[in-house]
Amino acid sequence: MIPGSAFLVLAIVLFVLGVLAFFLKRDLLTQFMSVEVMLNAGNLAFLALAKASSKAEAQVIVFFILTVAAAEAVVGMAIVLHFFKQRKCIRTEDVSGLKG
Amino acid sequence: MAWVIFGFLSLLCAGSVVAMVLSKNQAHNALFLVLSFASLGGIFGLLDAPFVAAAQVIIYAGAIMVLFLFAIMMINLKEGLPPERKRVIYGISAVLGCVLFAELLIVARRAFFHGAEAAPAGGANPAGLGHLLFTDYLYPFELTSLLLVAALVGALTLAGKKGSS
Repeated sequence: MIPGSAFLVLAIVLFVLGVLAFFLKRDLLTQFMSVEVMLNAGNLAFLALAKASSKAEAQVIVFFILTVAAAEAVVGMAIVLHFFKQRKCIRTEDVSGLKG
Repeated sequence: MAWVIFGFLSLLCAGSVVAMVLSKNQAHNALFLVLSFASLGGIFGLLDAPFVAAAQVIIYAGAIMVLFLFAIMMINLKEGLPPERKRVIYGISAVLGCVLFAELLIVARRAFFHGAEAAPAGGANPAGLGHLLFTDYLYPFELTSLLLVAALVGALTLAGKKGSS
């Protein structure tokens, strides 16, 4: 029987890795992928706490997170494609146009 | 037995995310992420959430990552990949990552050991989930459909062929 805290620790590890990947990578697509990793860490934390307190509501919330992640991925992809059409590259440094 | 499966899946999951950080190829990144999400689906199965596990594999490892791969193919970078960061930055970020990990661990300890009382088992099966979704969570569910329509229209407007603003 695995305690729920083991799952929670795994969720924290995944979240930290996602944050690190977001700040270490420089292309927009990979940064998007690391946002997905962070969302998944949140899902795992919800499910671990759901099992620890044996409530099914958290699983419903995980479904909502899945839906929001799908919508976010669609809109984000559209923005990345639009950006690529204009600039011909997806370097994050090039998006700092508004920075003085 | 469960510990062996959990250890294997969690190592696979975290290891493929680390490989995603270290690899330079975008398509490889996406495939590493598919591996990570698939093993995370297995972990969800260990957590007595079989329906969520199936949704994770189908929606995340299937739909969303295929979308990423399509975008990578459409973008088709030849020279646009940014240069690598310096090794010093990797060292600093590893230290800062450990700090963040410790902080989150402290927060999680507090949250976990205070809120974990054994409540009566709710309906974790798909039937119980559907019942919850259509009774207690009906308004959020309907709002979700609105969100999906908004995302669809927004993506069409942004990425459409004649998307002149």
